[in-house]
Amino acid sequence: MRFAPSLLAVALSAAAFSLPAAAQTIFPLNRAEILAGSHFDFKVEFDGVVDPAQVKVTINGQDHAKILGKPAQLVAKEDGKAVSSLLLRDVSIGKPGEYTVTATDGSTSKSVTWHVYGTPAKAAAKNVILFVGDGFSVAHRTAARILSKGIEDGKYKGKLAMDEMPYMALLSTAGTDSIITDSANAAHAYTTGHKSCVNALGVYCSRAANSLDHPKVETIASLAKRRGMAVGAVTNSEIEDATPAAMVAHTRRRSDFNDIVGMFFDSRIDVIMGGGSPNFLPKSTPGSKRSDELDYIALFKQADYKLATTKSEMIAAADDAKTTKLLGLYNTGNVDGALDLKFLKKGSVTKFPDQPDVPEEMKAALKVLSRNKNGFVLMVESARIDKYSHSMDPERAIYDTIMLDNAVKLAKDWAKANGDNTLIMVTADHAHPVSVIGTVNDDAPGTDMRNKVGTYEDAGFPNYPAPNAEGYPDKVDVSRRIRMTFGATPDYYDTFRPYMDGENVPAIKSAEGVMVANEKYKDVPGAVLRVGNLPNKGPRGANNGVHSGDDVLLTAMGPGAERVHGQMENTDLFRVMAEALALAPQGKATPMKAKKK
Amino acid sequence: MSLRNKKSGGLPRRAFLYLPLLALPHVAWAAEALSFDSLYKSIGVLGVKYSDRAVALKGRQVRMRGYMAPPLKPESKFFVLTREPVSVCPFCASDADWPVDIVVIYLKGALAPVNFSQRIDVEGTLEMGSWTDPHTGFVSQVRIIDAEVHKP
Repeated sequence: MRFAPSLLAVALSAAAFSLPAAAQTIFPLNRAEILAGSHFDFKVEFDGVVDPAQVKVTINGQDHAKILGKPAQLVAKEDGKAVSSLLLRDVSIGKPGEYTVTATDGSTSKSVTWHVYGTPAKAAAKNVILFVGDGFSVAHRTAARILSKGIEDGKYKGKLAMDEMPYMALLSTAGTDSIITDSANAAHAYTTGHKSCVNALGVYCSRAANSLDHPKVETIASLAKRRGMAVGAVTNSEIEDATPAAMVAHTRRRSDFNDIVGMFFDSRIDVIMGGGSPNFLPKSTPGSKRSDELDYIALFKQADYKLATTKSEMIAAADDAKTTKLLGLYNTGNVDGALDLKFLKKGSVTKFPDQPDVPEEMKAALKVLSRNKNGFVLMVESARIDKYSHSMDPERAIYDTIMLDNAVKLAKDWAKANGDNTLIMVTADHAHPVSVIGTVNDDAPGTDMRNKVGTYEDAGFPNYPAPNAEGYPDKVDVSRRIRMTFGATPDYYDTFRPYMDGENVPAIKSAEGVMVANEKYKDVPGAVLRVGNLPNKGPRGANNGVHSGDDVLLTAMGPGAERVHGQMENTDLFRVMAEALALAPQGKATPMKAKKK
Repeated sequence: MSLRNKKSGGLPRRAFLYLPLLALPHVAWAAEALSFDSLYKSIGVLGVKYSDRAVALKGRQVRMRGYMAPPLKPESKFFVLTREPVSVCPFCASDADWPVDIVVIYLKGALAPVNFSQRIDVEGTLEMGSWTDPHTGFVSQVRIIDAEVHKP
């Protein structure tokens, strides 16, 4: 049924706020910052079944339909439950200002205030490159600098490319449900400017039963595409994984991989690169992870995307001046990290011997995206810093941090050579509880590994060989190596050394359902059982490391970067991009575009 | 309590759990041994190709050695056999982290809990081709049905 809005809706007086604890939940939430003209879904959830005649929703005292362009529909019993909701999809507010939304069901009332903001009339930046080191924390950065630049007399022999950027801020990463985020709502904050909850992408977390029914907000990718810009998402995780998916996805559940592939396709963003091919294959194809017969490989090709399944194919496709859309899928799972890809050849390198690393992916992406004269927005993710920190594999995480920095260096060089009009930002989506606490020195006396850990002056300096041309030491299992520790762990065997035979698997679920240390490492010489400090049973039993709620660093350069300073919310990063690109230009008319549906 | 203590303390329970396994007759294997390595001719981005031997064994009794992945739902009638022990992200609760070369096992009897870091043998009838589990919607490509689990 349709909710009949009353133009005589009563603007609530101060007295209304003293009604009993209001049960309504209004999306977007209180204190939401909304880019003028950006699309969002408006939803009011009532605590029970309401009388339509009693329901009134006003915005700044006016009927909501007047501000939002159309009336919301009342869903009498949402998902068949004894609760009513008002829903209005795909609206926008063009005029910047404060908007107080008040919803009443006749007995209780609730108000929220949104801040709608505009941007400068003229774009300062033509392009934006956003680097996300997933889970990239200060210790990763310090360790990467030690390994890839070297240190002498207490001073680094060089700086990371991401260190040499003029603007820096601390970003706070909490979500609407918790002080700890996951990569989904963390990346969502960057790509939409709205906060959300764990596991959610491009939506507020409402009570909707279906993960795809929650109130949506528009992504930077959609906003840029609406302005004729090119957009890319480049990662070494599965492309459906949370960070790249945040560019295009609208789902409460990040694991909706099959839907997310469809969302990538519908978004028509121009460059899509990573692993995770099985969700593109129809279910009848051996190796598929789809539950339907949709063949997204064929669909992307029909939509004029070039397909690359190896580094060689990627380079050839990018070098072809006619290529303006590129789908690169290089692994069935995650693309292998730098340590495996370039040195140890573990992981899936024998199965997929011709995978690009992140800098190579990005270089190809820049070639393709820069063919659009309107500029581009590119997200580049070094995803496995996080994955290797979950698996408590410090060396792999550090090598992938160096890889991230190599991509940053390439981007800086590219920007300099291409008009100096690219905003470059480097950040993490969330932190891990990691710290560099010293070194492990095999040559210290005794056999007890714990007493070979050097702290303070005994830590000294590690003896990795000088980095190669790409900034990686070509030997990781040196006799005096970085000791990077994890502050929140399951039970595990501490081996005090790099995992030369493949990524660490710290803990496994026992037959009794308890997360226990993986006995694979029990007999490694010197291994010590560490009793963990994380929950080890029940639905949140941890078999690997977890995220921390620590702030993360953001460094920035290029036009618009001066807005990066001090302590900022992660959602502010979206606003930095929106302002640099003038996505809601003020000072001249902003024509309302036809809403796509 | 340390893990080692827990392990010894858990022995009677574990022995009980393995009782049905031990009951399997230790006669010469009638089933053909198939390994994860010999299952595939190639694993590629655009799909996997089964080995000629695997295709030839379709519908026949096979046994495979691997690890049981922790089930996504405790009430599942099937489990996933993997080449290496996997720690499925308990927080994501999705199949997204699973490798592509998995074999889905449908058991003949009830599923006795096993240690996920313990290698197991599975014997049953090899099935190939896309199949959607009617209860969970989980799609599998290679299955061993009417299976029994055995401790090597």
